[in-house]
Amino acid sequence: MIKRILLAVTMPVVLLAVWWFASAGSTDFYFPPLRRILETFPETWFGPRMVDDVLPSLARLAIGYAAALCVGIALGMLIGANRTLRAVVEPLLEFLRAVPPPVLVPILMLMAGIGDLMKVLVIVSGCLWPILLNTVEGVRAVDEVLTDTCRSYRIRGRLRVWHLMVRSASPQIVAGARQALSIGIILMVISEMFAASSGIGFTVIQFKDGFRIPQMWSGVLLLGLLGVLLALLFRLVERRVLGWYHGIRAVQKER
Amino acid sequence: MLTVKGLSKTYDAKGRRVEAIGDVSFDVADGEFVCVVGPSGCGKTTLLRCIAGLLPPTSGEIVVEGRKVDGPPDGLAVVFQEYGRSLFPWLRVRDNVDLPLRAAGMGKAKRRELVTEALDAVGLADAHAAYPWQLSGGMQQRVAIARAIAYQPRVLLMDEPFAAVDAQTRADLEDLIRSVWQRLGVTLLFVTHDIDESVYLGQRVVMLSSSPTTVAEDLAIDLPAARDQLATRSDPRFTELRGQVYAQIQKAKQERT
Repeated sequence: MIKRILLAVTMPVVLLAVWWFASAGSTDFYFPPLRRILETFPETWFGPRMVDDVLPSLARLAIGYAAALCVGIALGMLIGANRTLRAVVEPLLEFLRAVPPPVLVPILMLMAGIGDLMKVLVIVSGCLWPILLNTVEGVRAVDEVLTDTCRSYRIRGRLRVWHLMVRSASPQIVAGARQALSIGIILMVISEMFAASSGIGFTVIQFKDGFRIPQMWSGVLLLGLLGVLLALLFRLVERRVLGWYHGIRAVQKER
Repeated sequence: MLTVKGLSKTYDAKGRRVEAIGDVSFDVADGEFVCVVGPSGCGKTTLLRCIAGLLPPTSGEIVVEGRKVDGPPDGLAVVFQEYGRSLFPWLRVRDNVDLPLRAAGMGKAKRRELVTEALDAVGLADAHAAYPWQLSGGMQQRVAIARAIAYQPRVLLMDEPFAAVDAQTRADLEDLIRSVWQRLGVTLLFVTHDIDESVYLGQRVVMLSSSPTTVAEDLAIDLPAARDQLATRSDPRFTELRGQVYAQIQKAKQERT
């Protein structure tokens, strides 16, 4: 365990050290020393900006991501379980997935204004597809013996949806959710770079426009750190949700 | 109790009509233990899925407890061959046994009682908190049997349930099924490709021909009710019956070629 943690942090530590020493004597205005970036970090982000920018960004991400999960899984269940519906909507889904979500920002701005709703919608519009398409695949792959078991033992309605469809598809759903999370973080920032008045992305652009370069860099660092933290959080949830799945895989490896 | 009348099933496989079951008729009396045995590929599983109401027959009818089967019938449980795929890997053993009872809307206390009893009956009382994949194949099939017992079926169908477990486990499970059947008084239809097993377990053996399947012979097994892996299997009558079933299956195989 300790060895794994050590191995995992080695690379970041080395890179930070390289950055630190390579930039130590830097007089380049755009590439300030790492020391200065780190110095500005606490005052920049742990003050009022935490409440005014960081938390609103994270709240929009959480709402958009949660909405995409709910809609994606629900629609994915419907489409995956219904062959006709699948044949009708699948080409459309492939098209929608191929549209890069950032180009939707101007359109969503026209439709939903420039407030929080637009930003949440941008996040939903990007996060939805990997979740939806993976759910469809997961539901399609439900084991037929298990389906027969449910029919034989009259497991229907809510219990059937949960224990046969959602849990069966959960490895694929989680894979989709993981992709969606990284897309969500990107869109969180992008949506704030257009016509916004708060948020991490907005603040980073402000710093750039105000030539406050160390602060701008500290924003980049903050986003990286948030990404890592969210990924860790995701791993924790995954371990709970997919404990059975990883258990089976471990057993199969042993045999 | 269970009547199969003029059952036939044809598939359309890429334009080619495959007649899986030609014309099968037999009866199973209330509380009887009947084994169905046939050469491989004779449509045993198809027959069982039709009886379970999981597959609509092409023609003929199946009557369970006086009602024509047009979907999974009430009070009928199935134990599948693929135990690994028929248990819910995300549910613990006791929750697997419990799920059909929950679906039936049974009260919590009653459910707990039935689950405990059923796990006791199959010798898995200690494993209730494990996940199925943490258990051996034989134990997993015991969980599936416990689930069927807790469901309190009046008719129990088993589809080659011991085909994928090792020989020793298999003998244990055979005796387990005999004792479950004697205790619960269920009507039991047991599909197998193993001739010894069919003679050892049942009161009757229904032998099927090769596809298109018909009933080749319906043989009463007049062995004493108390069966024992050693004594019964060395009984001359056992050998004789086994020989009869074997000869019939061989004949069925040759007719096909």
